[in-house]
Order: sequence, then C-alpha cells, then structure tokens
Amino acid sequence: MTVAPVLRYVPLLLLALCWEAASRLHVASSLALPPLTSVAQAWIELIEDGELLPNAMASLYRCAVGLGLSILLGSILGIFMAWWRPVNIVVAPLVEIFYPLPKSALIPVTVIWLGFGDASKILLIFLGCMLPVTIGAFNGARGSDRALVWSARGMGAGEFRVLWDVVTPSAMPELLNGIRTALALSFILLVSSEMIVSQEGLGHLIGVLGANGSYEGMFAVVLTVAFIGYGADRAYQAIVRRALRWQLQ
Amino acid sequence: MSASASLARVVATSGVLLARSSAIIVLLAGWELFARSGKVTMFVLPPLSAVVERVWADAIGGDLLRNTLLTLYRALAGFLIAAVAGVALGVLIMRSKISRWFFDPIISVGFPMPKIAFLPIIVLWFGVYDLSKISMVVFDAVFPIVTATIIGIQGVERELIWSARGMGASDREAIWQVVLPAALPRILTGLQVALPIALIVAIVSEMTMGGYGLGGAMLTASRFSNSRGVFAALLEITVVGYVLVKGMALLRRRLLVWHAEADSPATA
Repeated sequence: MTVAPVLRYVPLLLLALCWEAASRLHVASSLALPPLTSVAQAWIELIEDGELLPNAMASLYRCAVGLGLSILLGSILGIFMAWWRPVNIVVAPLVEIFYPLPKSALIPVTVIWLGFGDASKILLIFLGCMLPVTIGAFNGARGSDRALVWSARGMGAGEFRVLWDVVTPSAMPELLNGIRTALALSFILLVSSEMIVSQEGLGHLIGVLGANGSYEGMFAVVLTVAFIGYGADRAYQAIVRRALRWQLQ
Repeated sequence: MSASASLARVVATSGVLLARSSAIIVLLAGWELFARSGKVTMFVLPPLSAVVERVWADAIGGDLLRNTLLTLYRALAGFLIAAVAGVALGVLIMRSKISRWFFDPIISVGFPMPKIAFLPIIVLWFGVYDLSKISMVVFDAVFPIVTATIIGIQGVERELIWSARGMGASDREAIWQVVLPAALPRILTGLQVALPIALIVAIVSEMTMGGYGLGGAMLTASRFSNSRGVFAALLEITVVGYVLVKGMALLRRRLLVWHAEADSPATA
C-alpha cells in the first residue's frame, strides 16, 4: 500500500471520533458507550490506583510461562514426529483427536486439577498452544529437503547434528507460523479463563469493573487487553522477519 | 503377483491403522486404570467408565441432545453469518478503493486482537441471550474469513479475469463465475480456521453467560464440584469438535474435486 502511514490509520481515528460523538450527542446511552475521553481518564485512574499494572503483570506472567513451555515441548515433539516414524504413528492420532477440541472446554478441567490460581491458567495455555506449535513444527520438518539431509550425513554429521543444523532451520518458517497462531490463542485462553474463574489478572479486572457498573473502567481494560494482543502480534512479526532474513537471500 | 502386492498393502495399512488406533485405546485404558489405581481421587480424575455412564445418562435424559443442539446452533449460526459477511466484505474491499482504505487498517488491527475480551461489552449491549452469543461468534470468526478472501482474490490470475471479460462477462458474472471459484481454496482455508474459533467462542460465551449448551452444562457441573459432569461435557465437546472439523474437511474435498489440490490440506 502506497498511502502514507499516517493517512493509513485515518479510518481508525474516524471510528474513535464517531464513538466520542455518539455518546456525547446521546445517540447511544453513555452507560452503554461511555465517551472515549472518559474511558481514557478511567484508564489513567486505574494506573494511578495501582489496579491495572499488577493485574497486567499477573496475566502476562501466565501467558509467557504457558506459551514458553508449549513452544519448547511442541517444537521438539513436532520435529521428532516428522523425523522418527514410530513417534508419528503414536502421536499423530492423538493430535488429530485433540486438535479440533475447542480449547476453552479445558478451562473447568484445569480448575479441577490445579485450582483457581496461576497454575491452572498456565496449564490451560500450555495445553491449548501446544498443538498449533507441534503441527507447525511437524509440517515444517516434514518438508525439509532430503538432499540437504543426505549431504549433511555424507559429510559425516551425526543424527542430532542433522536434526539441529538441517531439519530445525528448515522447519523454522512453518514453526514460526504455528507459534503465531499459538500466541493469538494464548491471549484468548488467558482472558476467557480469567473472566470465568480467577482472583486476579486483566480478565478478572474486566469482570469486577463490569459487575460494579464502572463501565468506563471496563472499556479501558478491554481496550488494554485488545491492544496488548495486537502489540504482541506486531512485535512477534517484527522479530520473525529479522530471524528469517537468511531465507530471503 | 499383483494380488500378493495388494495383499501386502492391505496388511501394511491395517497394521498402521491398528498402531494408530492403539494409541487412542492405550490412552483411554490408561485413563481408566490410572483413575482406579487410587493415586488420584475420583474428583481429580473420575474413571472413564463413570464418565461414559454419565454421558449415557445425559443422552437418555435428553440433556445431551438439547445442549449439543443449542451449542451447535449458536456456533453455526454465527459461523454462517460470518462466512457470508466475511466473503462479501472481502470482495467489497478488493473492488473499491474507498472501502479498502477504510477497512484495511481496521482489519489489520482487529485481526490479532483477542476479541473475546469484548465479551462483557457485548453482554452490556445485547444482554445474555442468544443474540449476544451469536454476535460474539460473528465478531470473532469474521476476521480470518475476510483476510482469507482478500488473499484468495489477490492470488487469482489476471489472465483468467481478462479472458472472461474478453468473452463478454459482466462484472457480476466475472465475480461469481471466475473470481470466487478461483479464490475458493483460500476462502475455504479461512473457513477452516474460523470454524474452531466459532466453537471456542460459543463455548466460552455459554460459560460466562449461562443459558445451557455444552459450555453452560460444563460450568454448572464445575460450580457444583461435579467433576464427572465436567469430564462428561469434555468428552461430548471433543466429539462435537471432531465431527465438525472433519465435516468441514470433507466439504472442502467435495467442493474442490475440480481443483488441482490433490488431497486434503495438511493439518496433521
């Protein structure tokens, strides 16, 4: 797109203006749609009260640990599935059954296992994000060039050497795509599990503010969550572009 | 000779089939044995047989059918609305410069957002009944469909459109008979991404807003610390998800028999 970057985001600005106008001019009730400026004010108040940051840290901690574990184990499992046929025969049917499972159904199960705290959210995010990562790694590693593998072997590389130096890099693009899916999924699972059962975190804060009727604050936290998710995706994309620069050469 | 070769193939494939299903059988047997071993309480992991009994009771009592139909209705109604709206919006964006200028930033910002966070706002606007559940599903499922439609249309060969135009096709004919069929594989991929999302969102909104459905039943069981009920719902939801996703893959194969895409997309 050749439009200047500032011009590009004008539509979003227009939407924001419409929002502000709609509630200021009483087109929509200010309860259902508090003006954007009061939402911004509520956001600043939430930060000053020390409500937003601790809850955000709690949420991000859960997300980071769960996602980190799923990336680590998922990519190892996926690459082994592609590399070693017996692993594939055992794991593939399990993946096939659990892949279509709507991961939100695991929320009450993880609560039964680990209670209301951090551990149940981390387990939920780990279980939910593991499969996209595994499938990405599997598809990527399966597509790795046989000739490269043979020539590495011919030059005397051991099995693990080949896995690490040839198969893993060529699995990278698909793996990174899978991780992007997992990243989006981790936020969905985090927020929904926090809205349903928890004692802290951004989803919990949204629920509390909504129940107390302070809708400005609720809108503020909802937008915060939305933009954290957006920012995480953008940051991830930027990192991936750097990491995959060798591919373009 | 060919008979023995095909016999060998049958033996080999049935061997693989056996190995594949054995993983699942081992998992289920492991569940039953582990739950009965006394290392965990009945609450943490009820034995599979008890869970199946509960599913059976749900099925006979009619709860299973009612909850499954409710969840399917919410997920699929939202999914269908999102599919129609998403494809239409994608076509619109590709056809007019103004709509592209307007929607492009909204979609690129909205797509990666965790839209489930907007759930309390949707509740505030539309209440806790089906309207808000279906709206939430539409809101979440529409983004992958729009982006897939745009990518699909971008990938259509210009020569195809030119030759259709050259043969006298009108704008509308060119879209319906050339552009959309040629973009169909991508669009279907978008739908295949959106369908599980629709189901996830339907279940989460049932969990937060109540109103029966598989998600609602699961949360009610969880509130009463009825772990057999929770695991029964998990089993039911797993089956529903599996059937839906498989059905979508079948539909894809049906719709794309004419396409070069030899077999089903590599998902697993």
